[in-house]
Amino acid sequence: MSVLLQASGLCQQYTTGTTLFKHPTVVRAVDSIDLEIREGEIVGIVGESGSGKSTLGRMLLGIEPPYRGELTWRGAPMPAPGTPEWRRLRREMQLIFQDPLAALDRRMTIADQIGEPFEIHGLVPREAIRDRVSELMGKVGLRPDQAGRYPHELSGGQRQRVVIARALAMAPKFLVCDEPVSALDVSIQAQVVNLLYDLQLEEGLTMVFISHDLKVVRNLCDRVVVMYLGRIVEEGPADEIFANPRHPYTQALVSSVPSAGRGHAKRILLQGDPPNPASRPSGCAFHPRCHLADAACKARAPALIRDGHRLAACLKLRAAPNQDQIREIHA
Amino acid sequence: MSLISIKDLRVSFDGVQVLHGINLQVGKGESIGLVGESGCGKSVTWLAALGLLPQRAQFSGSVTLEGRELVNASRGELEQVRGGRIAMIFQDPSSSLNPVQRVGKQLDESLRLHRRLSGATARAEAIRLLDLVGIPSAKTRIDLYPHEFSGGQCQRIMIAMALAGEPDLLIADEPTTALDATIQAQILDLLATIRHETGMAMVFISHDLGAVSAVCDRAAVMYAGRVVEQNHIGELFDNPRHPYTVGLFEAIPELQGPRRRLQPINGTVPNPRHLPRGCAFSPRCAHASDFCRSAQPALLLQPDGGQVACFHPVRESALTPRRTFSPASAELAA
Repeated sequence: MSVLLQASGLCQQYTTGTTLFKHPTVVRAVDSIDLEIREGEIVGIVGESGSGKSTLGRMLLGIEPPYRGELTWRGAPMPAPGTPEWRRLRREMQLIFQDPLAALDRRMTIADQIGEPFEIHGLVPREAIRDRVSELMGKVGLRPDQAGRYPHELSGGQRQRVVIARALAMAPKFLVCDEPVSALDVSIQAQVVNLLYDLQLEEGLTMVFISHDLKVVRNLCDRVVVMYLGRIVEEGPADEIFANPRHPYTQALVSSVPSAGRGHAKRILLQGDPPNPASRPSGCAFHPRCHLADAACKARAPALIRDGHRLAACLKLRAAPNQDQIREIHA
Repeated sequence: MSLISIKDLRVSFDGVQVLHGINLQVGKGESIGLVGESGCGKSVTWLAALGLLPQRAQFSGSVTLEGRELVNASRGELEQVRGGRIAMIFQDPSSSLNPVQRVGKQLDESLRLHRRLSGATARAEAIRLLDLVGIPSAKTRIDLYPHEFSGGQCQRIMIAMALAGEPDLLIADEPTTALDATIQAQILDLLATIRHETGMAMVFISHDLGAVSAVCDRAAVMYAGRVVEQNHIGELFDNPRHPYTVGLFEAIPELQGPRRRLQPINGTVPNPRHLPRGCAFSPRCAHASDFCRSAQPALLLQPDGGQVACFHPVRESALTPRRTFSPASAELAA
């Protein structure tokens, strides 16, 4: 598989608290991310709120220029926002948000909204737009008689289908889904996840799936990136990451998911709160909450080390018990 | 005798009926989960029970707390119950706390109302409660404002406020939905510990079946304003009988075992204005017969102690294959 999108040393920072009497605080939301997204794969990005998942997603799309770092699309540098080349690239990349009602225009019928990209890019003659719209609606499982409806007349799942149909209108190559199913009920969530999966198969889409729902990520994604406070702490194939997490944070994250009917079998309870990106702990950012941390972790930030097709950033990687040992401890 | 008993509770908003006769009992010290998708009436049931519904809501039925009727009870009587006997915590802690009042003062208020404590005694008790729910250095942080705490800590403060009245029953309405996974695990752990220490009963309203099975003894599944199945956690998850319960379980992906395509329930939750005839689940149900589409099944007691409202309940072991740990995934985990 060829590399579609490559990020190297990607950083993003925001300045907050700029007032007359206070020094502004610089918040590093995303910190030196190296990531390769290959054609046709689904990459999941997981992490807690404030870990920089959404910021990374927006930077991968090129809608937010990085503070530092480089981004290449099919080997060529990402054009600057607003330029004609950048505008052309928009067709190939689309974004799906969490809240479909906020992403849709309440005063336009759904058929008009799905057809809008065709008008903007002027790729399809005006007469043919209607046919393309009904084709797209069929593809995402909306009935033809729903074309004249307004967003408020649809259910949450149907609205998300409209958003997906509109994202697919330009036949994109790359799709970033930012928490696309978090606002939906479980039975509907499964419908939308399956739809995304089928579309990926049929259209050969490359997808970045940002979510805090580990169960959905595991069942949909090929590769998973775990983020903590703006950095990647672990990366690898979805099956392996969840079956045998190596980083202590991933281990805690995986063990914190209660399974239906069993509750928590074995579990690592993390102390403390998710850290504040504005006051990043020294060394390994996870050390205040980590049960393996020692003085070295406080002083030195671990690098992301490759082992086969898996990467992890932890100084205590050898000491971190693997899943079998945890099972024994709790048995 | 059960602590609280709800009988034939019906609620409608502007003529649209949203609860169609709910029967539920919660025993002393028992923890019961209420599961269902949005709009099924899980929250409305308890808001109605505590007289917290808006004026335009009409309701009938009976809610008794140790024999005392709460429906149409006087305001004074209800205010003794609310916060004192029954406390409630909500999904979004930051919107339930007063942003312009110090946390200590808010705790002080419930201690004054429900326990008649004041001054130094109230302050000491407030610090004890904050300690109990795991707020680090409670003594110095009691005079901070809610925005100075994180989301998980705000939920802990809400729990502390709920505990201030030493309630017999805590109603937790989606208490962990707005929190991150690792913080959710902490709060679930806290709720279980507190329940163990104080012996209070709990109603845990959630759409997260995993969270429910982590903290509850028993669970009721609701669909379109009715309880469709009720049983002990073990029985319910091992052997669900109602097709909706089965569908709900199948729709949730697993973190273990082989990766698989998700199994959604087809269709959508019916609009309460236009409920289908007969069983409300029949349009989405694979087992539905013509009879299901014309008659409403009653919630009937089953031999195993559970209750199911279905004419064609799913037979045993319908769900077993996917719950077994297949050899392929065992290898993966190794």
